[in-house]
Amino acid sequence: MSEQFIWGIEVFLNGLMAGVLYALVALGFVLIYKASGIFNYAQGVMALFAAMTLVGIMNGQVPFAHLINAIFGTNVHHFGWHVPAFLAILLTAGVMVGFAWIVQRFIFRHLVGQEPIILFMATIGLAYFLEGVSDLMWNSEIKKLDVGLPQGINLAIDDFTYGIFDYGFFIDNLDIVATIIAAILVLALTIFSQYSKQGRAMRAVADDHQAALSVGVSLNFVWIMVWSVAGFVALVAGIMWGTKSGVQFSLSLIALKALPVLMLGGFTSIPGAIVGGLIIGVGEKLFEFAIGPMIGGATENWFAYVLALIFLVFRPQGLFGEKIIERV
Amino acid sequence: MFYRESGDFKTTYIDDDQTFPIKFDRYRYYAVMFVAFAIIPFMVNDYWVNAIFLPFLIYSIAAIGLNILVGYCGQVSLGTGGFMAVGAYAVYKLMTAFPDVSIVFHIFAAGAITAVVGVLFGLPSLRIKGFYLAVATLAAQFFLVWLFNRVPWFYNYSASGQINAPERTILGEPVTGANTDAWAVYLLCLVFVTVSALIARNLTRGTMGRKWMAIRDMDIAAEIIGVNPLTAKMSAFAVSSFFIGISGALFFSVYLGAVEVGEAFGINKSFLVLFMVIIGGLGSIFGSFAGAAFLVLLPVLIKNVLVGGLGWPTDLAAHFEYITVGALIITFLVLEPHGLAQLWRVVKEKLRLWPFPH
Repeated sequence: MSEQFIWGIEVFLNGLMAGVLYALVALGFVLIYKASGIFNYAQGVMALFAAMTLVGIMNGQVPFAHLINAIFGTNVHHFGWHVPAFLAILLTAGVMVGFAWIVQRFIFRHLVGQEPIILFMATIGLAYFLEGVSDLMWNSEIKKLDVGLPQGINLAIDDFTYGIFDYGFFIDNLDIVATIIAAILVLALTIFSQYSKQGRAMRAVADDHQAALSVGVSLNFVWIMVWSVAGFVALVAGIMWGTKSGVQFSLSLIALKALPVLMLGGFTSIPGAIVGGLIIGVGEKLFEFAIGPMIGGATENWFAYVLALIFLVFRPQGLFGEKIIERV
Repeated sequence: MFYRESGDFKTTYIDDDQTFPIKFDRYRYYAVMFVAFAIIPFMVNDYWVNAIFLPFLIYSIAAIGLNILVGYCGQVSLGTGGFMAVGAYAVYKLMTAFPDVSIVFHIFAAGAITAVVGVLFGLPSLRIKGFYLAVATLAAQFFLVWLFNRVPWFYNYSASGQINAPERTILGEPVTGANTDAWAVYLLCLVFVTVSALIARNLTRGTMGRKWMAIRDMDIAAEIIGVNPLTAKMSAFAVSSFFIGISGALFFSVYLGAVEVGEAFGINKSFLVLFMVIIGGLGSIFGSFAGAAFLVLLPVLIKNVLVGGLGWPTDLAAHFEYITVGALIITFLVLEPHGLAQLWRVVKEKLRLWPFPH
């Protein structure tokens, strides 16, 4: 077997792993879009906000320290304690629930019945707002996030592949953990939406707002719940990406990476988000590996979009999206 | 008393068809033109032109362009930054390739080139609609920025990867490069803004604009009553990209002078122009100006108050800018989805009845 081919397999595997992380972000989009028809551009910034809050709580940072110092001339930065990771994750999840309530109460309750595009613009505004708030709250320097997930090369795979190909594959432990967690998350979400009372209410709302309302489902509650679940998914994605590359502004840009994933998979399908994520992850890594060096590299910036664009021309509703039926 | 149609008798068809049929509007328009052309050029200095007037005028053109696409034709685009980059690089290549031709032609040619690129990326809009289209235009944004970054031909193989505007003159007065006068660049941009606004205003009043609006309101119904979606959508993409290309060309050659594509024409630029259109008002030329003015002035104001007035560090002020812009977008969408232009319309309705509202 040629070296190129073996490297290709390695790139393929790494692409799968990257795809899982894209899928994780895309999942949050799908949840909100299904339940409320809102295309939530702020999902990436929510991941950033969640990760920053997690780091802030773990390190015992004082929220809005810079602002307080600037106004009152004080010099506070830390409470001086450290919170264990598990407790901090729980607290952050609580913060995300609070955030979901605020978003629902102050923004989307007033926008019920507006055109989807207006709702989309509102989430762009929300993204800007949240970005400013999270920087102001926990300040904008790059932070290290360590909740105890394993990192670095997986030696077992390295040894195993060395035995077969005479070439050890580099697969990050973190990616493997991310894949497992993503699988658990999807499984849990599926069970939740299929078998729990709240999950059924959620599916009912996704199906038809009016009908759900008339059989006594509280839209308000369902929407807050969906935003909370999306916030939790954002937290998980934030932990993964934050551990991988530090908690920083660029984390919010993963939302942009999740968009082509959604287009491929269809906005309304959870399996679509997963499959789309994998296709995009593998596709862009392989393209960069095979063709990137010939045309100047860094093709990852746009390949996903162009792939999704070409794909959509042939199938406008995405892989698993509901068929678009238009009537006059 | 002042603002009404009655008593203003039109005796020719030309009078009846004019852009501002109400006398008050017309005089207001003349007054604005007079101030802009005859008073401001004598009063401006470098700070005012560079901090406020140039960005305002240039973003106005971009906002008019995007408003035609989003506000009039209903095709949401997030590729504005990429199309502005096309305008900038087109004018750069033309300026360096044909140094003897006047820069005015170059800027128009840059607009035309951008129009072609815009139509290319607009073609999928025939199949893809709504959000899917918005995301698809991101492909244009990222691909174009990558292209200008990676293909050395576009930046004439310069070592830094930047493009720098060489000095060009109009009637002996330098308008690009390092030795420009504030009033000259201001006037140049003002002329382009005026021409763009006139073209846009008259296009949107005519057959073409009505076709766009029919497509926006419901494309299938429009198709049934005989609007060709291909020509309507493609013309909207072409006209919109033409204006955006011109604004990109001016942004690079007259305003910044030197440009690094990822920084100047990134995704944030697309959002900024989109915000201008939303805050100003979708489907309104006046709204494009209002939105551009608002979002150009707001950061200057925040910076002056927080950094200059209260002595806060600049990074705090930058965060506040994000928060304010985000909050304003949401507030506008909740309270006044039709933007500043709608406020102006309300004022005009009130004026009609003033001083006897009952």
